[in-house]
Amino acid sequence: MNAINQSGWRPERPAGAGEGAPTSTGNKALMLEEPLIFEIGDERTAGVDFAEGDVHHDRLGGLTRKAPIGLPGLSEPETVRHYTRLSRQNYAIDLGLFPLGSCTMKHNPRLNEKMARLPGFADVHPLQPVDTVQGALGVIDELAHWLLELTGMQAVAMTPKAGAHGELCGILCIKAALEAKGEGHRRVILVPESAHGTNPATAAFAGFTVEDIPATAEGRVDTDALKARLGPDVAGVMITNPNTCGLFERDMKAISDAVHAAGGYVYCDGANFNAIVGRVRPGDLGVDAMHINLHKTFSTPHGGGGPGAGPVVLSAALAPFAPLPFVERDAGHLRLVEEETAGEHHGQSFGRMVAFQGQMGMFTRALTYILSHGADGLRQVAEDAVLNANYVLRRLEDVLDAPFAASGPCMHEALFSDDGFPEGFSTLDVAKGLIDEGFHPMTVYFPLVVHGAMLVEPTETESKAALDQFIDALRSVAERAKAGDQSLKTAPHFAPRARLDETQAARKPVLVWKEPAPEQQAAE
Amino acid sequence: MRYLPLTGHDRHEMLSIIGAHTIDDLFVDVPEAARLSGPIAGLPTHMTELAVERHMTALARQNLVAGEAPFFLGCGAYRHHVPASVDHLIQRGEFLTAYTPYQPEIAQGTLQMLFEFQTQVARLLGTDVANASMYDGSTACWEAIGMARRITRRAKAILSSGLHPHYVSVAKTMARYTGDQLDAAAPELTAETDIERLISAVDDDTSCVVVQYPDILGRIADLRPLADACHAKKALLIAVVTEPVAMGALVSPGEMDADIVVGEGQSIGVGLQFGGPYVGLFGCKEKYVRQMPGRLCGETRDADGRRGFVLTLSTREQHIRREKATSNICTNSGLCALAFSIHMTLLGEAGLRRLAGLNHAGAVRAAERLAKVSGVEIVNETFFNEFTLRLPREARPVVRQLADRRILAGVSLGRLYPGEEALRNGLVVAVTETTTPEDVEALATNLEEVLA
Repeated sequence: MNAINQSGWRPERPAGAGEGAPTSTGNKALMLEEPLIFEIGDERTAGVDFAEGDVHHDRLGGLTRKAPIGLPGLSEPETVRHYTRLSRQNYAIDLGLFPLGSCTMKHNPRLNEKMARLPGFADVHPLQPVDTVQGALGVIDELAHWLLELTGMQAVAMTPKAGAHGELCGILCIKAALEAKGEGHRRVILVPESAHGTNPATAAFAGFTVEDIPATAEGRVDTDALKARLGPDVAGVMITNPNTCGLFERDMKAISDAVHAAGGYVYCDGANFNAIVGRVRPGDLGVDAMHINLHKTFSTPHGGGGPGAGPVVLSAALAPFAPLPFVERDAGHLRLVEEETAGEHHGQSFGRMVAFQGQMGMFTRALTYILSHGADGLRQVAEDAVLNANYVLRRLEDVLDAPFAASGPCMHEALFSDDGFPEGFSTLDVAKGLIDEGFHPMTVYFPLVVHGAMLVEPTETESKAALDQFIDALRSVAERAKAGDQSLKTAPHFAPRARLDETQAARKPVLVWKEPAPEQQAAE
Repeated sequence: MRYLPLTGHDRHEMLSIIGAHTIDDLFVDVPEAARLSGPIAGLPTHMTELAVERHMTALARQNLVAGEAPFFLGCGAYRHHVPASVDHLIQRGEFLTAYTPYQPEIAQGTLQMLFEFQTQVARLLGTDVANASMYDGSTACWEAIGMARRITRRAKAILSSGLHPHYVSVAKTMARYTGDQLDAAAPELTAETDIERLISAVDDDTSCVVVQYPDILGRIADLRPLADACHAKKALLIAVVTEPVAMGALVSPGEMDADIVVGEGQSIGVGLQFGGPYVGLFGCKEKYVRQMPGRLCGETRDADGRRGFVLTLSTREQHIRREKATSNICTNSGLCALAFSIHMTLLGEAGLRRLAGLNHAGAVRAAERLAKVSGVEIVNETFFNEFTLRLPREARPVVRQLADRRILAGVSLGRLYPGEEALRNGLVVAVTETTTPEDVEALATNLEEVLA
């Protein structure tokens, strides 16, 4: 049965797509064009009422603002309408399957939002006396306990603000540990060529030299090449496991042992922890540091690109170097170890990475999510995530090239490529075609080790029916690409915008709105 | 489990389509020694929504809520009233549960919002351009120092003693690894800022001078002479704004010719949240745009000629440039940027100016009242909504004693500058539109009693 339309009805191909009588507004029923606030607001209007009272500027040291700032205001109803209209031009998990590989776009439970908004968490200042924030420190402590148990590690640095920030934290711990041993001369970090771009960027930022390690034909780290490169100049490795090809690095423990034997440390990019949570503990694989994207595995919302949170779990070897501040339990009382108190036991800390205590709002959400699932539910999360990905892989490998399908089961994401497409058709066309079918595209052109990569991560929060719909849609688009259907080249046809000119945007960047010149206004 | 839609029947059917007998067959690549045979022992199992709510609420109740006490803390995080519509709008699923707008045709909502945000931030800070946000003010500040190094090819940054000590700590941490040389000092408990010292310290090796406006003690100084001094030596002036509401009352740093202006945007639209998530603001002069860190949204046209927006200049970024990127940043603070932008739209020019005026007026009245407490002096001559008291004795225990009386009195400098004897009597007090005259009176009378 066709799962796209339960009735069995299927539309004609979009021969006349987008045609029809043009409207005077540019709107198309529910698809509403929305101007910029600078075009509809003005500097006298406000959507906020203020208390009466005198206002004077007597202590500003002669720097009182006189010139206008240029900030348009809207009344509350206009504001609500503006942003509601904008929101409807976005795809979102709440609307449908969002199979971005490596991004773990799972359902965001609304209980998490509700808990983060309890005044006891939302309306607490980061510098309040610690006696007045024992519950907030309690959230951090309890979440830290879960993260340590789930990973089998010794310590956790909670303050990093995102995955890449967590990577930096782990790499700085490694650097500090090497310096403490008098081995600051180790300057090389080995990074597999399939790694996320943040890995080499992070290592370089911390002053390391980055060297690529090749992948094997089956999509894993070339262990022999890696071992051969180890030596007295190597500070460590950064490995993603499960890796970006969607495969578990079988040799991880052996790699860790070899790196340790050579005097280096093992950083694991934990972006893909969702595949193994509750089934494998990275600590059992010899990992020294791993960041955990709370916005991936533990479902804090992505919010259109953040905020995230990237706590880093650490081995006993790296724990002494963890950044400040952190929470410590002291006979039932929780205290915050800051610069002042660090000297007693934590003099080796590499310092502070952020103002304050980290992404508290994300901690609250992640802890809520973890408690909802419990140890049993989290294990089921990994199992269903992996099951869903393998289901997609096996249902589509006949129509799309799956370069590592023969390597065995995938983990939580299925990797395809555009190999076999006719001249002129590529992954991009499939992605844009999927948009017309009502799905967000998968991650495209990543990992770089596969030409024309399409990385599909369905996550565990998709039902079988949703997967079947997606599979049928992707199959149909792939078949059109293989048949050379030219309409794909101009897709999407039904999105709020057609393909956007990114070259023009980069050539002469327009990053802020400017009042149009008068003659242009007259012309419009 | 309420968040997992697969049924036992689904799982069975899917496994058979895959050609696997059990779920364990899909984990064959995990070495046996590392496979966990069941749920990790000692951890609780799944809970109902009601049970989780009870657990979390019990934790929340252990905190003294800022809104339930006379409250005077600032120093980089400020309590302002956020209109209800802001939180409603950021919880629209299309904003909340969207990803970074990599597919611009179906992410115009996020992209147009970011373009509006960038414009609002640039105007507020007085810069030509702004990016789509950073993690927070402290990381934005460090990224600005790194950007100045890339532009000037010099590695010495001079930090004002009035820069938030956490921001200084973050910069020091990073500088240890990047080789930047930082010239930093603790502030003095005086009415004057260290602008004169900074002006005389700029030399031919200086990449940038970093100055906070208003500074950590609340003081305000004209940045124009410092900008001139920097530019005479071809160094950059980086200004840091931790209280963006102040821009409604003050000339902005960009208008005083700062080259890069960064800030903490938390004050507008984003609550206190015990320190995060917040939203870093980052603006600069147009000529430096290609050295900026972080995401940028730009205007373009679609194939049908309609205006649209995309992420742009990504050749600066890690996913393209890898180890040669301007920064390792992948995430921004999109949802907090949205909250900022909505709140700023509700305020508009008139509202922001009125809000700033109310903050300043309230602070002036509070300073006048607190100056009457015996033994207490106001350090500042200039301030916006935050000023520093010199108490007759160490401030930190006083803050604790007042907290026992359910008054959150401010931030003691002893907390921020452990070990700095000269600062230990300092107490930084912030006053916003949420502070009532009764709150001020409660602080004044209790402070009098505690000090007596």
